Amino acid sequence: MTTTVPRRRRPGTGVDAPGRAAVGARTLRTDRWWLPPLATAVGLLAFLVYGGFRAFQRQYFFADERYLTPFYSPCVSLGCAAEPGSAHFGMFLPDNPLIPYAALSLPFLLGFRLTCYYYRKAYYRSFWLAPAACAVPEPHATYTGETRFPLILQNVHRYFFYVALLVSAINTYDAIVAFHHPTDGFVVGVGNLVLLVNVALLWCYTVSCHSCRHVMGGRLAHFSKHPVRYRLWTWVSALNTRHMLFAWVTLATLVLTDLYVALVAAGTLTDLRLIG
Amino acid sequence: MGDTRAFRVWRGDAAGGSLVDFEVEVDEGEVVLDVVHRLQATQAPDLAVRWNCKAGKCGSCSAEIDGRPRLMCMTRMSALDIGAPVTITPMRAFPVIRDLVTDVSFNDAKAREIRSFTPPPDLAPGEYRMSQVDVERSQEFRRCIECFLCQDTCHVVRDHEENKGAFAGPRFLMRVAELEMHPLDVADRVAVVQDEHGLGRCNITKCCTEVCPEGIKITDNALIPMKERVADRKYDPLVWLGRTIRRRGA
Amino acid sequence: MTETERHEYDVLVVGAGGAGLRAAIEARERGLRVAIVCKSLFGKAHTVMAEGGCAAAMGNVNENDSWQVHFRDTMRGGKFLNSWRMAELHAKEAPDRVWELESWGALFDRTEDGRIHQRNFGGHTYPRLAHVGDRTGLEIIRTLQQRIVALQQEDHAATGDYEARLRVFAECTVTELLRSDDGAIAGAFGYWRESGRFVVFSAPAVVLATGGIGKSFQVTSNSWEYTGDGHALALRAGAELVDMEFVQFHPTGMVWPPSVKGILVTEGVRGDGGVLKDSDGDRFMFGYVPAVFTGQYAESEDEADRWYDDQENNRRTPDLLPRDEVARAINTEVKEGRGSVHGGVLLDIASRMPAEEIRRRLPSMYHQFRELADVDITAEPMEVGPTCHYVMGGIDVDPDTGASGVPGLFAAGECAGGIHGSNRLGGNSLSDLLVFGRRAGLGAAGYVERLEGRPAARAEDVDAAAATALAPFDRGEAAGENPYALHADLQRSMNDLVGIIRTEAEMTAALTRLGELRERLRDVVVDGHRQYNPGWHLALDLRNMLVVGEAVATSALTRTESRGGHTRDDHPTLDPQWRHRVLRCRRRSGPQDDDPAVPPVAVEVAERDPMRADLLALFDLAELEKYYTPAELSSHPQGGSDG
Ligand SMILES: Cc1cc2nc3c(=O)[nH]c(=O)nc-3n(C[C@H](O)[C@H](O)[C@H](O)COP(=O)(O)OP(=O)(O)OC[C@H]3O[C@@H](n4cnc5c(N)ncnc54)[C@H](O)[C@@H]3O)c2cc1C
Ligand code: SF4
Ligand code: SF4
Ligand code: FES
Ligand code: FES
Repeated sequence: MTTTVPRRRRPGTGVDAPGRAAVGARTLRTDRWWLPPLATAVGLLAFLVYGGFRAFQRQYFFADERYLTPFYSPCVSLGCAAEPGSAHFGMFLPDNPLIPYAALSLPFLLGFRLTCYYYRKAYYRSFWLAPAACAVPEPHATYTGETRFPLILQNVHRYFFYVALLVSAINTYDAIVAFHHPTDGFVVGVGNLVLLVNVALLWCYTVSCHSCRHVMGGRLAHFSKHPVRYRLWTWVSALNTRHMLFAWVTLATLVLTDLYVALVAAGTLTDLRLIG
Repeated sequence: MGDTRAFRVWRGDAAGGSLVDFEVEVDEGEVVLDVVHRLQATQAPDLAVRWNCKAGKCGSCSAEIDGRPRLMCMTRMSALDIGAPVTITPMRAFPVIRDLVTDVSFNDAKAREIRSFTPPPDLAPGEYRMSQVDVERSQEFRRCIECFLCQDTCHVVRDHEENKGAFAGPRFLMRVAELEMHPLDVADRVAVVQDEHGLGRCNITKCCTEVCPEGIKITDNALIPMKERVADRKYDPLVWLGRTIRRRGA
Repeated sequence: MTETERHEYDVLVVGAGGAGLRAAIEARERGLRVAIVCKSLFGKAHTVMAEGGCAAAMGNVNENDSWQVHFRDTMRGGKFLNSWRMAELHAKEAPDRVWELESWGALFDRTEDGRIHQRNFGGHTYPRLAHVGDRTGLEIIRTLQQRIVALQQEDHAATGDYEARLRVFAECTVTELLRSDDGAIAGAFGYWRESGRFVVFSAPAVVLATGGIGKSFQVTSNSWEYTGDGHALALRAGAELVDMEFVQFHPTGMVWPPSVKGILVTEGVRGDGGVLKDSDGDRFMFGYVPAVFTGQYAESEDEADRWYDDQENNRRTPDLLPRDEVARAINTEVKEGRGSVHGGVLLDIASRMPAEEIRRRLPSMYHQFRELADVDITAEPMEVGPTCHYVMGGIDVDPDTGASGVPGLFAAGECAGGIHGSNRLGGNSLSDLLVFGRRAGLGAAGYVERLEGRPAARAEDVDAAAATALAPFDRGEAAGENPYALHADLQRSMNDLVGIIRTEAEMTAALTRLGELRERLRDVVVDGHRQYNPGWHLALDLRNMLVVGEAVATSALTRTESRGGHTRDDHPTLDPQWRHRVLRCRRRSGPQDDDPAVPPVAVEVAERDPMRADLLALFDLAELEKYYTPAELSSHPQGGSDG
């Protein structure tokens, strides 16, 4: 992926370069190599469409006077006043259809995922086709990878990670205060479990981040001199092997959590109370 | 005796070549390399192929089977689609010499560009003390059998001949990582891995990891950690500030 | 014919395994210009396959270990036939060679206190094998390879040329050594595998480090490179081979599927609790404890099983008898019809420990069987049988310098003979490569430095070498022997007739067959052209395999006793009168015998050098008496029993 526009491959480059075996076919892969990038593209697009729609909908984000969907957290727009109790951190952003209620966190969350090492792989493969699958030629005439603007900016991923930690903490706070109903006091409903599972998985995704692994201990030359950080690094490394899994699972739980809150808020679903 | 299966083997040299069809007997339990050997013994005695150990240990028999970079000695016939002919071509990122044999000297050149292991000057042999936890990361990378399948599959050079000068390829970026994580190496390798060995060109799409027959997690354990170290050095103002203050203070 | 390429070096090293690379490093560090030639790519030599470890008495795990203990173990393992001087140097220098690797970047597994970890192995009194999981050979070859790159970088900094003083000629095969009129080494002749072009190296010193001979046998753990080239080159150049009758058959190689037959199953499987069973599930090894070992091994399965946990109060299982004993036992079981479906016996670890434990302790065996044989060793037994693994015999060299009888010709590694006697201990090869590789490098450097003029190769020898190499192309279609078929026949003959168990009749039959093969070799024809043509390469290797086969068979016929890697059914016991004798092979050259391509081999019985008194004193007299004649022991401090 480069800043150049994808063009038709010129003959005589890549696998057709002079000196290489003149095989002819661009790829001889016989399996359905196009399936994973296609599925990835569909999955990511579906999430973006849903997320985009919900972020700007400015409705159905707070249910049963205590469930705040992660897409609206923290709710800091003046518009949040429509749902009393939804704003835990004050209301100061103007209520404007172009400004999501969670405009403070959403851009960072988007940036966090956009610069995530896993999602980079996913969209480089599925959108840039660089490469679409292994040993399948990419369509670009030139390639400089992440050496130039804008892709060199991927290196700021760790800053998004720091912010993401903060947002995860806020989501956790949301999930905890959701146990308190303004009139009924301490209650536990299915929605609480949904929020809890979502936030737990969000932590898994955030903590399994490669930047986190680096900060915890990956940057050290001698683990033996830092036993605590080595232990932390081992844990993060174990989670890190499932980072891709968490990346997808959290997309799904985010959507499901939001949908649950939206449906309860809209009255389509009734939240089942387990306690209280 | 086993069944007869259809094979399409690329034959030719730098001047040109084509896929040639063969019908070969295949016995139970055989790997692709066995079939290639049967071809040599019965139908094509001058079919060029590299191999040594036949046990996935030496990294000689790299080729592309049905379009995928693999070791011929570790690809069992039973794992391939029964219905279709099996295609075998040489590795397609390197110049071909003949048939399934390619010129892998690109890799020797890259190996030489990496500064060698640099121990502390005052440490005598026999005095080295390293803990197991400190050597484990580099030990994973030293499992590499230099089959160069990762170099072959990496699109940075596979699809862009012009990048070969500026990009060391996954195997050798991993070698830099190995030395960088070596508990007793004193050379600074962070800036050069980006500026000279071309780490920035890697877009972490993980094909190297996918094809590595040794199962080394090249991208997760070598390339991304190196990218993080590069970010520390070159793209993180906070780390830079911290380092400067500490240096002033000391 | 294309023009022949010429190169000039001070030292030419043939072979890029552990021994060759170590020799080249040493000669280059002495300031000489060195070339390394190898048949495969750089870094693919056979050493890469070694698994278990590298023996060196560093005493990191048990501090009682010392060079004396290592020396004794080596001599015992070889049944006192070893070159004692080599065994002494080996035991003394191995630790330094291992530590030196570490300073070049090797990362061995570590002990708690950060030193190199050492593991137990058959025949070694203490934990002694430096290792990296089960890929020690890879670590060693990669380290040496990277050391060579480091030296090339130094040269580049000094001269602007990486290859100014150290160059690797990969995929280049040496087919003949070149000598001057007075018989000294002047260089070597070879061809590029890639192009088929000829190369002439002129060099006053050549170090042979070409490895073993396993490819002459049908079932072997060795790769195609092991065609005994160094043995044959040396023999043809006039050097002598010793101990060629001693070939190690590893008891456990894979037997199924056919395509992987011979691939090694590590001794670690038995060390960790695996047991051998016949087709009825009986643990047959209890019936095969030989007289010399009675009382030292468990007599019941219960006792053997207790041994794994309590080695003080129980005797070890006979599954862990020396390699030669186990290989013979398996051979008998199969011959007598109690073998497994595919002609091996069963090696069972699945029923002996939990699956998880097996996967943890034997990761590469688990992987190997799952990938190559579709066998899950945590659920089913493995089928195993003996496989040709290592040749103890080799070029006769001076222990201190690696010099052979031909001036300027040196040898080290598996192709040199002497150190391992009649049977090599596991782990002693890798250390052998390092110790004697270095010594051969030094020896060659010293020889070159002392030399007054450079010996010049005879032009007619170069022409003859080229003609021999091209002969398989020039024969008419009528000749028509296929090199692959000839190779298969040779392997079958060696396997069937000169295998684990030998008899006079078989050996004689083998020699007859080898004679026939020698005739057929004259008719070998290859298709195609010279560019990367494996059929041609095989045709040229065949003549080396034939010479080596003849050396092995003739030596085996001559030695009328059984010892270590040489078992005669018709002479089943150890004979002290044979201990002090050595069989030396040399090319026979009478006027009618002279076949320059495959010279006939003559074997001569000679006396071995008696062991130095201080070394002899390291052993108990009682032990020596089992192997030595009384007369030889008179110098032992415990008196010796002259009568
Ligand atoms: C499966 C297996 C496991 C083993 N495990 C152990 C172990 O755990 N511990 C241990 O100590 N030993 C072990 N061994 C034995 C040990 O690996 C070998 O004996 C040793 O590596 C031989 O090394 P070398 O340097 O002599 O030769 P090699 O490493 O075999 O190198 C020979 C070199 O010579 C070159 N060559 C040969 N002929 C020519 C020619 N005509 N022209 C040019 N070049 C030529 C080849 O290309 C190659 O580079 C094992 C062996 C096997 C097969
Ligand atoms: S992850 Fe990087 S080095 Fe590996 S194949 Fe992809 S681009 Fe190449
Ligand atoms: S890293 Fe893996 S794929 Fe790459 S050369 Fe090494 S073993 Fe082969
Ligand atoms: S969040 Fe995916 S790598 Fe940081
Ligand atoms: S032949 Fe050694 S890896 Fe395939």
